[in-house]
Amino acid sequence: MALALEALDISKRFGARWALSRLSFTLEAGRSLLLTGHNGSGKTTLLRLIATASFPTAGVLKVMGYHSQDEREALRPLVGLVSHASFHYEDLSAAQNLTLTAKFLGVEQPASVVTGLLDRMGLVARADSPVRQFSAGMRKRLAIARLLMRAPKVALLDEPFGELDPAGIAQMEGLIQELQRQGTSVVLATHLVEQGQRLTHERLHLEGGRKVTPV
Amino acid sequence: MKRPSLLGAAWLVLKKDWQIEWRTRARLTAIIFFSLATLLLFSFAMGPDIVTLRAHAPGYLWLGLLFASVLSLGESFRVEAENQALTGLVLTPVEPRAIFIGKVLGNASLLFVLSLVLLPVAVALYDVDLGRDPLSLVLVLFLGCVGISAPGTVYSAISANARARDVMLPLLLFPVLVPLLLAAVSATKFTLQPDPQEQLGSWLKLLTAFDLIYLSVGFLLFPKVAEED
Repeated sequence: MALALEALDISKRFGARWALSRLSFTLEAGRSLLLTGHNGSGKTTLLRLIATASFPTAGVLKVMGYHSQDEREALRPLVGLVSHASFHYEDLSAAQNLTLTAKFLGVEQPASVVTGLLDRMGLVARADSPVRQFSAGMRKRLAIARLLMRAPKVALLDEPFGELDPAGIAQMEGLIQELQRQGTSVVLATHLVEQGQRLTHERLHLEGGRKVTPV
Repeated sequence: MKRPSLLGAAWLVLKKDWQIEWRTRARLTAIIFFSLATLLLFSFAMGPDIVTLRAHAPGYLWLGLLFASVLSLGESFRVEAENQALTGLVLTPVEPRAIFIGKVLGNASLLFVLSLVLLPVAVALYDVDLGRDPLSLVLVLFLGCVGISAPGTVYSAISANARARDVMLPLLLFPVLVPLLLAAVSATKFTLQPDPQEQLGSWLKLLTAFDLIYLSVGFLLFPKVAEED
């Protein structure tokens, strides 16, 4: 079975602090991983390494068979990240932000794709409002719309339920299951362990940047 | 899905910057008023001697543009740092070199528009004659604006996430721009005043060489700046 993720002894250092230390794990393609741990345990750092937003200080990380640093150009189209930072331009509207992404991705008929995604995420009425005027929950929905447009092979979701209302949480669960049905490997970092375990196949618990067996 | 080419992606980055500027008009408004105030202060400082004012007008014009460029370049990457939008572009993925080309063109176009706005102000305050060689004057302004924007884009990206970014950008940028300013001021002088020894051509060559060198350096270095280690 092909591997979606293969981490071999990866470490990440910021200044004098090791955010991740000698971490090794694998995840088969199509399976999903729950990432748990306290604040500062290294979950976000690991997601950023997988997304190629940053690179390991030591060790080898392969995503969908591609080396995360040496083959990042080939890898990036296959990975989507919904992070604490939304990656959106505050002064552009929701529609303009998504249209920009669509044009960079080379999506055909970007206008209809963007309208469809905004409608699906319940943002179509605010399509022309600048993101600056959006609530935290609306920003998260917009970030998810952007992820769906990318149709990634590996979807990285950092606290996806945060800032969402109950309807949004239910919709998010549905989206995660839909991604899994399409064969996408979902890596879900959340403090809501029971909810996360219901949605994923495997669990990786981090403490101080190290892999530990959860108690 | 067919992704845009390097130049296609650069055009999208440039259009995105223009869209943001058109929505807010914050940057253009700020730099116009800032440079108008600068030119006005220089004219007050020099007094009413029209011969002296006319002689120093090219220097004041370029100092006004230089000071305004720091505001403009800083704002250009503030919008990229907000929500980590630059990281979002890189992960989309957009080739960092396309981002560099788009940002340089965006910054240069804004400065060029500012320089055109400042020309009639220079006539009013310093009594300069714009009719002597207007095409060369526009060329000098264009080359000078590109010359400020090429290293300015790289340094602005470097300093965007720094704690003292407003201090760091001019500290990094101004020493690099000394040869450009020298050439731009001299070339502007010879488009506004007589050029008996035909020196304008040499200064234009220096301006062009500066632009090419810093566009090439930025093109090569920007991927290192745009991506984290």
